[in-house]
Amino acid sequence: MNATRTIFAATGFWLCLGGVVLAFLWHISVGAKAIPLGVVWQAITAPQDGVFDHVVVRDLRMPRAIFAISVGAALSVAGALMQGVTRNPLAEPGILGLMAGATFAVIIGIGWFGLAGSAYVPLFAAIGALIGAVLVWTIASAAPGGATPLTLILSGAAVGGFLYAIESAAILLNEDTFRNFRVWLSGSLTGRDMQTYLWALPWFIAGLIAALVIARQVTALAMGEETAAGLGVDTFRIKVIALGAVVVLTAAAVSVAGPLGFVGLVIPHVVRLFVGSDYRLIVPFSAIVGAGYVTVVDIAARVVLAPVEISTGIVTTMLGAPMFIWLVRAKL
Amino acid sequence: MTPDSPLTASGLSVDYGDATIVKNIDLKIAAGQITALVGPNGCGKSTLLKAFARILRPKTGHVTLQGQPITSYATRDVATRLAILPQGPVAPEGLTVTELVAQGRFPHQTLFRQWSPGDRAAVERAMDMTDLAEFADRPVHSLSGGQRQRCWLAMVLAQDTPLLLLDEPTTFLDLKVQVDLMALLSRIVHEDGRTMVLVLHELNLAAAFADRIVMMREGEIVAEGTGAEVICPDQLRAVFDLRADVIADPETGRPVCLPRTPDHVPMHALAAAAE
Repeated sequence: MNATRTIFAATGFWLCLGGVVLAFLWHISVGAKAIPLGVVWQAITAPQDGVFDHVVVRDLRMPRAIFAISVGAALSVAGALMQGVTRNPLAEPGILGLMAGATFAVIIGIGWFGLAGSAYVPLFAAIGALIGAVLVWTIASAAPGGATPLTLILSGAAVGGFLYAIESAAILLNEDTFRNFRVWLSGSLTGRDMQTYLWALPWFIAGLIAALVIARQVTALAMGEETAAGLGVDTFRIKVIALGAVVVLTAAAVSVAGPLGFVGLVIPHVVRLFVGSDYRLIVPFSAIVGAGYVTVVDIAARVVLAPVEISTGIVTTMLGAPMFIWLVRAKL
Repeated sequence: MTPDSPLTASGLSVDYGDATIVKNIDLKIAAGQITALVGPNGCGKSTLLKAFARILRPKTGHVTLQGQPITSYATRDVATRLAILPQGPVAPEGLTVTELVAQGRFPHQTLFRQWSPGDRAAVERAMDMTDLAEFADRPVHSLSGGQRQRCWLAMVLAQDTPLLLLDEPTTFLDLKVQVDLMALLSRIVHEDGRTMVLVLHELNLAAAFADRIVMMREGEIVAEGTGAEVICPDQLRAVFDLRADVIADPETGRPVCLPRTPDHVPMHALAAAAE
């Protein structure tokens, strides 16, 4: 990176961050009763007891905006890491089975172990994400030609469909337990409490830090394993750390919002158009842009058919699927 | 051969899957020279190169780098002494030439010291040597094959290592571009005092530019020496199963091999038959 590019990147970063702050405030101001941005700002910076709007902002609306920001950043960074390390432009937690595995594990944890609202939810999600990834990869490797982008997608679709079927059956058989999880299963930021988020928070932070630390090595890995090894990258170690970060980020996101499809696919590709191929830029920009994206999408999910609310996951999938089709045509 | 070879293999065997690809090889790479590894497809020359760079672990035997076992170095320390360019590398879409070349500085950087004036100087020098300045801000994938290969070469040059290992750097290039690239490699080695090991497909290119040639067949070294010592009709028949005549280049005196088809009848025999 030369000096002009560094200044350019820094300016862009602060602009995007400003955009996220605006989206965050806008997200809070929108709702059954619109609250002016000025009041939202006041409620956050200088809250007063007894002012009804301030209570609405702080207790009801702000948590959801925080969930949106965290989940968007986590999934986008996870997607960026996966695409870089595997050199597969279609890699993403949703497509390659991590999200399905995490969702499945959470459902099982709640249904069998009564984990609803427990600190173990992210752990269950992480184990599920890891198993999902390994399963998809193993099945794809057994296909003729091995684990290519195409066989991985097919294997991911099969594993995802299978797990979803079991989840649906489990939910039908035990409707009482899962009453609150129907919506969660379609990817939603409603109905989760701050406590669940606080349990997931360390996972978000750990994953994001790991991603930033290995960003430089991921750029080298994106040029091929042997090239990276020749440059002095300990490729095995970096792949293990990357897998860990991806699993942790996916688990945290799923714990809070359920499966939000295609966020991890769309955002890194959009970011690359602007910042190029250096993961020292792709990782932080994916975090910021992903945070803004999910926040705006969640605003849309709440207002487009108001007073009816659609799941955020439905909107991300509706926006992401065309992008997926375009990527298949352009890159495979 | 200089006594203190910077890179040696002794009793080196490398497996790939179930097959042993490199079999019990002893080789000392000559300092300050170009050594070309040649041989038919699948003879183990690329595998040997990767074992030299510690990308593949040997089953038996060992590699020494600058007199010490290569396994005793940290990964990063290997990469400051030895650079390898694998076969047919692919640049991520959108990466510019300067960004690619800057990747060569990776082993010289740490998380907290990422870009120094020394790095900048090394990148500029590498781009200078490979004549890439005019493409500095262009995306690598928009360049021609020969230009792209120069970018990769610049990346390993920026790594600033005394040893350079290149796997088939001329494959898929036009003949003129191949010759230009080989001339560039020759300049780098002889003017910059580096040591280079090349895997080459093209025998005549190896004969014309390499100081030493190592001929391999089925994982073993069959012949080793200067081009004139190694390239002869009997050797070509034994190693490549190729019928060929070898003549001396009238200008350089280096051997040139002229492949013959199995039903080839020499000109003088035709003339005799006509009489």
